Amino acid sequence: MLDFSDDPQRFRAGISAWIEAHCAKELRTMPATEREICWGGKRWQFSSESQRLWMEAAAREGLTAPRWPVEYGGAGLSRAQEKIWHEELARLDAPTPLESFGLWMLGPALLAFGTEEQKRHYLPQITRGEIRWCQGYSEPGAGSDLASVQTRAEDRGDHWVVNGSKIWTSYADQADWIFALVRTDRDAPKHKGISFMLIDMEATGVTTKPIQLISGASPFCETFFEDVVVPKNDGAGLSRIVGEENRGWDVAKHLLTHEREMIGGGARGLLGGRSLGAFLADLDPEVLQDPILKARAMELEVDSLATAMTLERYRDLAKQGGVGHASAMLKYAGTELNKRRYELLMSVTGSDGAEWDGPHGALASEWLRTKANSIEGGTSEVMLDILAKRVLGLPSQ
Amino acid sequence: MLTSLVPTDDETMLRDMARGFLAEASPVSALRANRDAGRAWDPGLWREMARMGWAGVLVPEGAGGSDMGHRAAGILAEEMGEVLAASPWLSTAVIAATALKVAGSARLEGIASGEVCYALAVDEGNKHRPLASALKAERVGNGYRLNGQKRFVADGARADRLLVLARTAGSPGEASGLTLFDIDATSAGLTRDARETVDSRDHADLRFDSVTATGEDILGEADNAEPILRTALAAGQGALAAELLGVSSGAFAMTAAYLKERRQFGRTIGSFQALQHRAAHLWSEIEVTASAVANAGRVLDDTPQEAELAVSVAKARATQTARLAVSEGVQMHGGIGMTDEFDMGFYMKRARVGAEWLGDYGYHAARVAAARGF
Repeated sequence: MLDFSDDPQRFRAGISAWIEAHCAKELRTMPATEREICWGGKRWQFSSESQRLWMEAAAREGLTAPRWPVEYGGAGLSRAQEKIWHEELARLDAPTPLESFGLWMLGPALLAFGTEEQKRHYLPQITRGEIRWCQGYSEPGAGSDLASVQTRAEDRGDHWVVNGSKIWTSYADQADWIFALVRTDRDAPKHKGISFMLIDMEATGVTTKPIQLISGASPFCETFFEDVVVPKNDGAGLSRIVGEENRGWDVAKHLLTHEREMIGGGARGLLGGRSLGAFLADLDPEVLQDPILKARAMELEVDSLATAMTLERYRDLAKQGGVGHASAMLKYAGTELNKRRYELLMSVTGSDGAEWDGPHGALASEWLRTKANSIEGGTSEVMLDILAKRVLGLPSQ
Repeated sequence: MLTSLVPTDDETMLRDMARGFLAEASPVSALRANRDAGRAWDPGLWREMARMGWAGVLVPEGAGGSDMGHRAAGILAEEMGEVLAASPWLSTAVIAATALKVAGSARLEGIASGEVCYALAVDEGNKHRPLASALKAERVGNGYRLNGQKRFVADGARADRLLVLARTAGSPGEASGLTLFDIDATSAGLTRDARETVDSRDHADLRFDSVTATGEDILGEADNAEPILRTALAAGQGALAAELLGVSSGAFAMTAAYLKERRQFGRTIGSFQALQHRAAHLWSEIEVTASAVANAGRVLDDTPQEAELAVSVAKARATQTARLAVSEGVQMHGGIGMTDEFDMGFYMKRARVGAEWLGDYGYHAARVAAARGF
């Protein structure tokens, strides 16, 4: 049993011993590869017995969702304790025991907007890794203009009938459930007629199709709904809508802020955890004899270091009460920087870099994939709109 | 473990206090008045700054200072930049104070009290190249005789004392063989020619014609000025980056306000998306630079031996951000931004001079690359 002591030093010592006892040596390699990520869900095949034991041990202690309340399957840690948990994981090269859209997005939405029944039912399934969720927001005709969703849910008394399609649904082909934005009132103004609905992917009429990107295979799918029946209640007052009916936009907006911070922050750990500088230092020095390439590299290194400091500063600001709409800046700056970084990497690696599986591994595919960074989770242009209106207070119209 | 980049309550109080004081004592109109009167700074303002402990911000309490550290100095510099407050503060209270502190000089007390103003005479060409110093100090008897020239010495015309980087051995370009002298600015044989720079601040070219100095005037060791010089320059560069951040925020604040009030084509110009996106991009750049500047102050305080990389990131970023902020400032103001009657031009001029002083963008970006191994 773990000692959730308030004393930081005792907590650190306890958590660190606990990680060593439960996370097998073979899992503790950095950087973690795709294979080592544990997503959970009904169809999940653990990559090893150690992976299963590690996830289950963490789930028992609530550590798959460290900050969630204990009654919903979390560990109820404070911010300071959560920070120590992450520091110790990193220090011991231990992977996060469970990753999922349930933990990142649906969970926070339910904690903020869900009913007590919904929290007690859905949250523990997520923390135990039993149900894998995917997100159904974008549609072929509703990308940046997310609120113009056309997927509709018709009210048939005790159930809804859902028709339409979603795009960019990551891992939909492996997910058990989807949380989706659907139109429940077609006559209301576009932001007012949307509901945040929970749909079983095994329901009749739900199909998925993977999307091939310019960078190759991707986790993205298209998801189709054809006369899908969604009961209004799963017995005992368990509603399939999060928040109020027709008020799903509030939930979506709340979650988009989460997503932005994730994507903006994600730009750090690429290049297999190595800095751009280290990558360049290992390269044939001849390449940087080109004064223009060298100048671009220097400029990028300056901006990379300054951006890393910005992520750190905003993380600390967030802990002191949130950064609000300014998080759009992190998403904008982080993703634009990442695109520049990969353009430079392609230039310095020359023709080698252009090979699909060449001396620089998947570099070409990573480079192509970065082009989506400034589109997904709100385009750079949408971020600039948010900053202009919400942070700078510039007038609309 | 490094301290957080988010300001403490004390630091927020210091900022509010500095902002309140400067808004009253040194608004941009004060710079205009100084320029029109042909003076680089107002001695009354400098006395007030000293009285509040700003001159002694880096001076230990034992020598009469307030010893608030580099983060605090950065906050003051930023607030001064925001209203373009002119004073010998950066040369004296940051650069010279750091050099004298490292050297253990008794003259620190004169800095903390505001009685003595300093200037750092290091460059001889039109770019910051400290090691290229050729000004010669020859041993004569018990002392030295200085011959040569220095250019673009900030605060050099009105300083009471000068920190002069001289070559006592080796040849230009070498790090060793340099010596830092702390001499009276009115020494015989020293000629100071004021240069009229666009920012209306004090800059001077200095000519040394057999200027005498003694061994007592040497800061640190003879032939080995490099460590002390590096430390003093890093402190100055960190504070200058903060000043340029303030210049950026000051120019941006004027621009953002103008976007909300100016009407053209029947609508507020701030409602045009073309301008909104540029304003939002500029704001993002300022935020990123603010992080680099805060980090430079933190590293100068916490781990000064590793400060160079952080300081160069900050100075490089601040130089570029200030250039963008003032260019966008003029462009978004349109014709009025070009008039002398309007203040935006003052921001543009200070940003240009600040971009060159203590190392331009290329100088600092190259140092970043070198520190990162490429």
